[in-house]
Amino acid sequence: MLEIRNLHVSVGEREILKGLTLSVKAGEVAAIMGPNGTGKSTLSYVISGREGYDITQGEILLNGENLLSFEPNERAAKGVFLAFQYPVEIPGVATMTFLKAAMNAQRRARGEEELATPEFMKRVKDAAASLGVSQDMLRRPLNSGFSGGEKKRMDILQMALLQPKLGILDETDSGLDIDALRVVADGVNALRSPDRAFLVITHYQRLLDYIKPDTVHVMAKGRIQRSGGPELALELEKHGYQEYLAEEAA
Amino acid sequence: MVKLATEADAALSSFYEEMRDKGAPRLRAAAWAAFSELGLPSRRVESWHYTDLKTAMSKPAPLATASHAALSLPRAHDSLRLITLDGVFRPDLSDIARLPDGVAVQSLRDALAQGELHVMSALASADIGAQDPTLALNSALMQDGVVVQIAPGAGIERTIELATVASAESAQSTYTRALVMLGEGAQATLIETLGAPLAAPSQDNSALVLRLAPKARVDLVTHLSGGVDRSIRVASLLVHLDAGATINSFALIEGEGLNRRQIFARLDGEKARAVFNGATLGRGRLHADTTLIVDHVKPDGQSREVFRNILDDESVGVFQGKVIVRPGAQKTDGAMQSKALLLSDQATMNNKPELEIFADDVQCGHGATCGRLDKDQLFYLSARGLPRREAEALLIEGFANETMEALEDEQLKTFLSERVSAWLSRRISR
Repeated sequence: MLEIRNLHVSVGEREILKGLTLSVKAGEVAAIMGPNGTGKSTLSYVISGREGYDITQGEILLNGENLLSFEPNERAAKGVFLAFQYPVEIPGVATMTFLKAAMNAQRRARGEEELATPEFMKRVKDAAASLGVSQDMLRRPLNSGFSGGEKKRMDILQMALLQPKLGILDETDSGLDIDALRVVADGVNALRSPDRAFLVITHYQRLLDYIKPDTVHVMAKGRIQRSGGPELALELEKHGYQEYLAEEAA
Repeated sequence: MVKLATEADAALSSFYEEMRDKGAPRLRAAAWAAFSELGLPSRRVESWHYTDLKTAMSKPAPLATASHAALSLPRAHDSLRLITLDGVFRPDLSDIARLPDGVAVQSLRDALAQGELHVMSALASADIGAQDPTLALNSALMQDGVVVQIAPGAGIERTIELATVASAESAQSTYTRALVMLGEGAQATLIETLGAPLAAPSQDNSALVLRLAPKARVDLVTHLSGGVDRSIRVASLLVHLDAGATINSFALIEGEGLNRRQIFARLDGEKARAVFNGATLGRGRLHADTTLIVDHVKPDGQSREVFRNILDDESVGVFQGKVIVRPGAQKTDGAMQSKALLLSDQATMNNKPELEIFADDVQCGHGATCGRLDKDQLFYLSARGLPRREAEALLIEGFANETMEALEDEQLKTFLSERVSAWLSRRISR
């Protein structure tokens, strides 16, 4: 489903991703683990199309189509969803207005009919109920005054409504207590399906106790250093990232 | 005698000759003397630093003459409408017959002719805005307008719309004044519509005087629109609040040309409360100046000002806000905020908030910011599927709508939101 080949990305003069190659199959949950400052968030932003990154080499294919030639909104319509490490607050923009605009923009881009209001309301209500998103949160401006946990739940609610092909979770566990983490993880787990892939980016093993990965990839020095099964995460938990960083020093 | 220094002076002087015997001669003469002293304001006048009226008005358009045009203005809301067209109050176009009990309406011309003391002293409003040359000019030259008196204790359900409209096909000058007096404990919702639907560059100087007796309340929405590149509009709002009186106001400013909206408010009774909020939608070469002076005279007053300028193309926004707290006005609570959103490299915003505090036990603050659309917010919306222009529109709409939150009238809120949406859809489609 997702094929990243020899990706080189710079910000200004500094090269951050240095020939990253990664393959994720449909239905797979792939964990990307690595020390801070190694380019994990850069990877998530580059896949979703944020400005400010120079892609000097390589390609990112989603179901065979190179994403790099598309705008962020076009990538979203093709099925890319980024759950943000820090979802932004947008005061003044009503949450429901935003949700409807986003769903219909994607539908239009795919040549589908826009959702009628009753159907839209029903979908939001169902998704909100399963994620513990209150009516009060839906009535407020988007993410405004939300706690960290509420923001993450709102992001997962959007993922549930937008039904992406590829869900990228960027340090979703940061700032969450165990209870909030469990709710968010349950929401993600409910969306696992044979035709959907996830990229779970995290520093800690903790999140992977709740979202069980199929594959684990160690990222350091701007590329994937090692890939393996879930046991690799446990190994990292025990030994840390030292061995991957030490290589760099050598 | 007045020195006839410029073409503008000569023209204005001839207007005064025409108007000086049309009621309230002493009021007019005093105002004309004050204006003659001050002259049209140039940028050297501090309160007009960002709006060069002297240059813009170098050639005053002829004074409007009574037209009998039957203008059909689209009705945006379910209001009782009082129309002043081309400088003349038009009862024939207004909803006079449908006015509820407790509301008395007459033309300014009739009111000036009758010269009732309490009306005249309210009209003169000698205690506020006296130093402003354009207001003096309005007093000296006022042609007509409407006087509305709302009886003590009356709660007027229907919104009253004061529409001041220019419809002439050639350039003209209008000087109009409306007065709304609310008796003790009276309550009303007003819409002030200032517009020029046709394409002539008119020069309109209007004033709305609100006089609130103790515990009266006004909800006011001002909508300023229309105009062309060379039109000039000076719209003054004079508010006098007695003890426990409240004004909750919002202004939406759009359209074209040079616009100056100035608010002079005096909180002249204990526990008076004033809200002056507004949003400007700037496009093309709109120049939109909002200048306000909120004067706290008595204790326990509260004032809130939230203004937002959304400026595209080469438009220019100005916000000058001054909150004065007099020595006796202890426990005053004032907060003023101006935020601007620049949507183009050519747009300009001038912010000048000021506090003048002469009492020692007060809580007053102000803030002014100026920025562009937030990149993180834009990316967030794009990453959810919204195309760039739609994402921008949603953020701009949010920025504008926040200023309307204090409005309680849902119908008015909807009307204003629709105006913002219409402005934005023009931006998306070009």
